[in-house]
Amino acid sequence: MKIVVIGNGMVGYKFCEKIVEKTNNEGLELVVFGEEPLPAYDRVHLSEFFSGKSAADLGMAPLEWYASRNIKLHLGDPVQQIDRLHKTVLSYKGITEHYDYLVLATGSAAFVPPIPGIDKKGVFLYRTIEDLELMQAYAPQARKGTVIGGGLLGLEAAKALLDLGVKETHVVEFAPRLMPRQIDEQGSLILQSKLEKLGLKIHTSKNTSDILGEGAVTGLRFSDDTVLETDMLVISAGISPRDELAKLSGLETGHRGGIVVNEQLQTTDPSIYAIGECALYNGMIYGLVAPGYEMSEVAASHILGEQKSFTGFDMSTKLKLIGVDVASFGNPFVSPEQGSSIVLEDTMKGIYKRINISPDGQHLLGGILVGDAEAYNLLLQTCKNKVILPPNPEDILLGARNGNAAPGAGVTGLPDDAVICSCENVSKLAICQAVEAGNETLDAVKKCTKAGTCCGGCAPMVKDLITATMKAQGKYIRNVVCEHFAYSRQELLDLVKVKALRSFDEVLDHYGHGEGCEVCKPVVASILASLWNDMILHKGNDTAQDSNDRYLANIQKGGTYSVVPRVPGGEITPEKLIVIGQVAQKYNLYTKITGGQRIDLFGAHLSDLPLIWEELIAAGFESGHAYGKALRTVKSCVGSTWCRFGLHDSVSFAIQIEERYRGLRAPHKLKSAVSGCIRECAEAQSKDFGIIATEKGWNLYVCGNGGSKPQHAQLLAGDIDSETCIRYIDRFLMFYIKTADPLTRTATWLNKLEGGMDYLRNVVVNDSLGISAELEQEMQLLVDAYKCEWKEVVENPELRKRFSHFVNAPEEKDPTVKFETMRAQKKAAEWK
Amino acid sequence: MSTISTTDVTWFFACKTTDVPTNGGVCVKYKDEQIALFYFTRSDTWYATQNLCPHRRQMALSRGMTGTHAGEPKVACPFHKKTFSLKDGRCLTDEHECALTVYPVRIEDDRVYIGVNAY
Repeated sequence: MKIVVIGNGMVGYKFCEKIVEKTNNEGLELVVFGEEPLPAYDRVHLSEFFSGKSAADLGMAPLEWYASRNIKLHLGDPVQQIDRLHKTVLSYKGITEHYDYLVLATGSAAFVPPIPGIDKKGVFLYRTIEDLELMQAYAPQARKGTVIGGGLLGLEAAKALLDLGVKETHVVEFAPRLMPRQIDEQGSLILQSKLEKLGLKIHTSKNTSDILGEGAVTGLRFSDDTVLETDMLVISAGISPRDELAKLSGLETGHRGGIVVNEQLQTTDPSIYAIGECALYNGMIYGLVAPGYEMSEVAASHILGEQKSFTGFDMSTKLKLIGVDVASFGNPFVSPEQGSSIVLEDTMKGIYKRINISPDGQHLLGGILVGDAEAYNLLLQTCKNKVILPPNPEDILLGARNGNAAPGAGVTGLPDDAVICSCENVSKLAICQAVEAGNETLDAVKKCTKAGTCCGGCAPMVKDLITATMKAQGKYIRNVVCEHFAYSRQELLDLVKVKALRSFDEVLDHYGHGEGCEVCKPVVASILASLWNDMILHKGNDTAQDSNDRYLANIQKGGTYSVVPRVPGGEITPEKLIVIGQVAQKYNLYTKITGGQRIDLFGAHLSDLPLIWEELIAAGFESGHAYGKALRTVKSCVGSTWCRFGLHDSVSFAIQIEERYRGLRAPHKLKSAVSGCIRECAEAQSKDFGIIATEKGWNLYVCGNGGSKPQHAQLLAGDIDSETCIRYIDRFLMFYIKTADPLTRTATWLNKLEGGMDYLRNVVVNDSLGISAELEQEMQLLVDAYKCEWKEVVENPELRKRFSHFVNAPEEKDPTVKFETMRAQKKAAEWK
Repeated sequence: MSTISTTDVTWFFACKTTDVPTNGGVCVKYKDEQIALFYFTRSDTWYATQNLCPHRRQMALSRGMTGTHAGEPKVACPFHKKTFSLKDGRCLTDEHECALTVYPVRIEDDRVYIGVNAY
């Protein structure tokens, strides 16, 4: 089957997408002719071209999209003739193509009113990217600009002039008010006063009779003989369907333009379809993108033998005009016989809301929102789905009052077949099912269902549905720390930083309530440590620490503690080994080599901890932070100093890194390793950050994890030198510390990070957020503030006092502690 | 060890108020018993319970983190984070867990007294 599509606008493109999807690209030959030199772009967001978006940003799909689907795309080559008898088309450049089915998606052109002088220099249309480029070139010489047309497109064009830096922008409307087709008089007045406050000059009831100027435009004369001076003029007074080719081919057209189609979008020639703004269905042109998409769907289905029909389309719409929300839905202008209206008008804030209610008060018929259209989606759905209104219908405008719960018409109240995304025709059920299948972010739902990918208007509603569905599944939605802090960890960290708070009490005073608990105390304590790196037992923060941090040791069965001195990179001298052995003997401790190349000493009584550390510190040891959500160890292989395969000195680099980040507290523990060659003896790819030597430098891997859910670390950057490697680690760790949820390891954090590894790489390596310098600075602050906390305890009698079992008998040890013997060492007595 | 007896409660001197960390606990030895004593600085209130966590029979509650749940004061055992009400000793996280014995606390000047049953 061979299909030729004439027109490569949004609707023509959507037709290609639908037909390719429906046929799996099999048995289909698709040829597209487009008049413009660019492939289809998003005309809805055209004014964003002036706020910095490029033509490519606005593009619906790149040229490769067409190529990879074997779509023959002729751009800048409009079709001139249709030979219906032989089923061929002839293009401007002389290409002849045969067709089985022909689809006209020729769209519309700007309607140009027949005003004398319309061909003067400085007069523009507002329709295509080319038009915008012409305006852009002319605007710098214009001080005053004027738009003819106070409808939707006219106001868009006015915004374009403002964005182009035209100082004084006027809008001229023939009707007595702005947007006469969408909103009522009061709504127009509110909109007008809001726009005037933003600097637009608006002239209504003005009929332009003449365009003044010698060669270039200098002003407009109106039928009342008044004159408006202007340096450039943009015509945006409506659209006129591009039906000239259809007329030429003998297809029926409407007397005011438009190609006549039936419910299947067939023209009077059954093998020729017309879709989008060129099609005239039931006497109506549909000048919005959503009905155009629906037409593509119906036409594509019908060509493939499916029975679908187009029976008109709801023209409800919501826009942001120059920063002002405007929406109208259903029937915005209900007459007194059809129903009654509830109106809310706030001239102070510039808000106008009107809802139209059926005579029996049961249903919403339509309405208008100006200045605040947040309720649009819900109202639209309430209207479309004939949801029964609450007994006081004004509640849906004003929200719940008198402490009552929100009225019943929330997202959950909508029926399953409610269409949430009307552009892509996605139902509530489809979205909820996608969420249930694990797509729990807006991006994931977009990918899975296409909802929200076109105009984006339904995005807030999709978000609400995601939240509601997850809640219904009993999932945790807002990530607040606990009942005492209504903030996520990230929010709390930012607040604590801004206010420079340094103790749990201060944080609780400022941002919490109650006394705190075992959940929020360690979170806040960790945030404070990650921001300032103060000694964690000062300022009353000792009792906010998790129990292990509070005693700077790991509690073990029976209530004794284990002690882990830092052994950077796993390198240790015989002298230090001997000291560890002597200390273990003296305090009767069980010794074991850990997985992180250190030695753990178990079975220490609380009151012995300061004594043990006094001896260890005297021998040159320092805390290993085995008790903290902090950097644990940087494991290393022996590297190039001994190993015949080693490329670099992995031990020296591991020591350098361990000493840089020692004591660094984070949302969870951090492990690292350095391998001297690709044999990876240090198992760096199972660490939060792991480094492997290459011929040219180091490969840096991040977000690996051992434990119960092993996950390989992923390459962040390859072949980098030591300095760059440390810079990237600084940024990576700080970014993790600042954004992760409590007790989230780097691997889980990455899995939840929107955009995943590519996003992380962009932030860390390409500095996409522009925060790299800040992250490095913050890390340097922590590195510079490092002190061995055990050294501080040993030297501080007040802190030492806390390390006793009985407050009223500090010299006595806990008499209930019992040990047993196994393989010539002690072990904790088994608990019950 | 100084004690003050009233009708059925014996008050014994535990420690000075300054011996107890703000918003934290200490373990007090009374004869052969261990009692956990907690001080809530914000509300200036004192609580005492047995030091033994009934879950794994560990002498650890005095080292636990204190806090509130819906306004009720509680302590979390350092071993497995079971939490217990400091008002009546019941376990807040596991209804099948045994409750703690709680003791009254009295402050006189800067001296802390804990009340135990008179034998």
